Amino acid sequence: MTRHAEVLIIGAGPAGLAAATAAANAGARVTLLDDNVGPGGQIWRGGTPCAASPQNSARETALREFRGSKASLLTGRRVADAPEPHVLRAFVEETGIVESFTWDRLILATGARERFLPFPGWTLPGVFGAGGLQALVKGGYSVEGKRVVVAGTGPLLLAVAVHLQQYGAKVITVAEQASLRALLPFAVKLSSHPGKLVQGARYRAALRGVPYRTGCWPVSAEGIDRLTAVRLSDGKKSWTEACDLLACGFHLVPNTELASLLGCKLVDDFVAVGPTQQTSIESIYCVGEPTGIAGVDAALIQGRIAGLAATNKTEEAKTLFKKRDREQAFGKRLDRAFALRAELRSLAQPDTIVCRCEDVRYSQLHSQQSWTDAKLQTRCGMGPCQGRVCGPAVQTLFGWRNSSIRPPLFPIPLSALVPATTPASNEITQLQETV
Amino acid sequence: MTSFDVLILGAGIVGSACAMECARAGLRVGIVEPSVPGGAATAAGMGHLVVMDDSPAQMALSSYSRSVWQDLSSSLPDTVEYEQCGTIWVAADEDEMDEVHAKSSTYAQAGIASEVLSSSQLAKEEPNLRSGLAGGLLVHDDGVIYPPAAAGFFLGTALSQGAQLLRGRAAVALGQGSVTLEDGTQLSANQIVVATGSDLRLVPSLPLQKRKGHLVITDRYPGFVRHQLVELGYLKSAHKLTADSVAFNVQPRRTGQLLIGSSRQYGSDDPAVDASILSRMLERAQSYMPRLADLSSIRVWTGFRAATPDKLPLIGPISEDGVFVAVGFEGLGITNAPGAGHLVADHLLGRRSAIDPTPYLPSRVPILEPSHA
Amino acid sequence: MRKAPAPLRQITVWLNGNSIAVMEGAMASSAFLAAGIPCRISVDGEPRTALCGMGICFDCRATVDGVAHRRTCQTPCREGMRIETQR
Repeated sequence: MTRHAEVLIIGAGPAGLAAATAAANAGARVTLLDDNVGPGGQIWRGGTPCAASPQNSARETALREFRGSKASLLTGRRVADAPEPHVLRAFVEETGIVESFTWDRLILATGARERFLPFPGWTLPGVFGAGGLQALVKGGYSVEGKRVVVAGTGPLLLAVAVHLQQYGAKVITVAEQASLRALLPFAVKLSSHPGKLVQGARYRAALRGVPYRTGCWPVSAEGIDRLTAVRLSDGKKSWTEACDLLACGFHLVPNTELASLLGCKLVDDFVAVGPTQQTSIESIYCVGEPTGIAGVDAALIQGRIAGLAATNKTEEAKTLFKKRDREQAFGKRLDRAFALRAELRSLAQPDTIVCRCEDVRYSQLHSQQSWTDAKLQTRCGMGPCQGRVCGPAVQTLFGWRNSSIRPPLFPIPLSALVPATTPASNEITQLQETV
Repeated sequence: MTSFDVLILGAGIVGSACAMECARAGLRVGIVEPSVPGGAATAAGMGHLVVMDDSPAQMALSSYSRSVWQDLSSSLPDTVEYEQCGTIWVAADEDEMDEVHAKSSTYAQAGIASEVLSSSQLAKEEPNLRSGLAGGLLVHDDGVIYPPAAAGFFLGTALSQGAQLLRGRAAVALGQGSVTLEDGTQLSANQIVVATGSDLRLVPSLPLQKRKGHLVITDRYPGFVRHQLVELGYLKSAHKLTADSVAFNVQPRRTGQLLIGSSRQYGSDDPAVDASILSRMLERAQSYMPRLADLSSIRVWTGFRAATPDKLPLIGPISEDGVFVAVGFEGLGITNAPGAGHLVADHLLGRRSAIDPTPYLPSRVPILEPSHA
Repeated sequence: MRKAPAPLRQITVWLNGNSIAVMEGAMASSAFLAAGIPCRISVDGEPRTALCGMGICFDCRATVDGVAHRRTCQTPCREGMRIETQR
């Protein structure tokens, strides 16, 4: 089954919602696809009815404006392939059907995922991503009364800690690997982003009584079949915190796989875009985290710019450039402030698992010469996550970059790998080769 | 100028097997590999160890090589995933059952154990095959390996016996006793072995053609398929000299993942997945095994096989001046690698081979003078 | 003016053959997490549950209604759903 959209948007997070709203209000036929069960992406993930999120006015506004536009939203769609120019194929897990979408303009708003770094014990039940635990709580996991250590790096840690507290968890400590020195310029410059200062202050108030330690990172997760404690270090001393859960993530990596598959140029692992968010391919735009990790406010403006540019409202889009550039500058500061320290590359022990899909350990990897050697000899990156978890890890550990992207972009049923055959195309079933 | 007794060009499974045998025999071995060892045709292949009966010479080489695999099996590391799961040649109808019986006696004459399966026995061995198939032939001692790890093991063995790996630069020209690399480096060796798999540039005089194939790998479904399953029509597909074709071919990995093939296309140098032939291949596979349709598929890729006009590889000298080849294995590169390694070492050392090497000599096909540096 | 949300419904799902009550719409992963049972056993035999919560790591995969390798963090529970730890 094939649908046509004048503007097709992939990803219903803040950037995608803003793009869809702008393009639809400009009169285009807009379809927005997302893999999740509802809109919002990660940062605005909707809770299931039993775990509804606290009110977030920016989110409510964006959703209201989107619903007020004529854009259509299709959830539970996983884009697997781009078989020919201007065609995308998406798999619908619920029904097992593959849908084809043709498009005039494409806007990629595929967001980001957490960076995971291996350390001893990180595969224990009870160890989650930071955003990961937040998402699972929104999905109905109760953390009431659970003792939680939040660790890793990035502004996400604070947001996660506050959120978990609101759901009744006892946050024992927040361990941010960036040093105070690295964070200070970022904190000072927040004055040029007053909204974020207020947000920061709100977080700090909410977390009163919870130690927020900088220059501190996890060295191991302890426990036999599940987590019982986390060992933290500040480089001089280490200590153990008994806990039930560890929410640990090391900032974000962009989801650039679809952009790569389509042939969009990447620079330094991000999708290269021009002033109107246009990629190296004229009919394709990219917005939000895949262009640079810069947060919600940047994503909203970039989305709007692309939605306008894709519907030829370039003059209106230009009026947003300055604000967008300011938000992107905030993103650059994020990168610098939360850069990964060298110690994180040495956390893994020889028997620490690096590839969780295939249980490949550090000792099997560190003697390999390249990502390709590693994949072939150890099967690291050859599992269902297709290198999304171990890829950023081995890039941090060994400097290897994954350069080959092939369809399917996600594991899909065999029957979905190719266009569905109907009884009419029966040359296939008649296949009995004769010599 | 570095000097070797023998320079092997290509660290795929065939080149690595040659290197291993030569190093074991005490020769000073150099191996030239432009990219990732085992990363080209070796990595693309299925890893099926199979005795093929399409000609007496093929039978001789594949059964010899399969027995070398069996001898090696106890020393292969776990990563090679050697499994003697057997092959079942699947017969769809009574005509194909006749072929099964003929095949069974051909194998028996060559001392290869096999067992004819009736329709109900086939269904019992492989419950996920569709009902209504006529039966099959189970070849017990066929097996499955993971090719890149096997090539890595052969290469590692060669290196531990003193061989040297020269990695990162391709050989661009051959001469008498010398090889020139792409950066101008000249290497000297008494003998040179070209084992460059699907890269045919060094041997333009040989009648080799690329045949593109597709494979799909699924997530883990332990027990879903127990043997390598190949339709009898595979032989017809493999023998087509010009047309594109597909054939049902499914392999269980030790991990429980399934490898699904197979396709053959001529005249294509493009590694991109071809949706049209992939579609035909998967339709064919699902027609034999309908429940494949729902299996989670993680990756699709293509590879190239090097094929000769008579379907036998070229193993032996191509000139008077010490240049040998081990190329043109089509879909039997993995199976025939250890056997080829022995045959090549035998040629270099003037040793008698365990099988008659004549059918594989390059002199049997019309060739031009090889180009000189 | 927001509508009052419909009252939350408890439903029954089968977790490794045992019936448990969950809130309707909760993800299947939360059933495993609440019970302290692994979603899957890894290649080397380790117990694993969800990690990323957003459907990309596949560590939360389990057999749902007979279909293996389903990402339970992306699978809302339905009445009578059969959820099983898988290898």
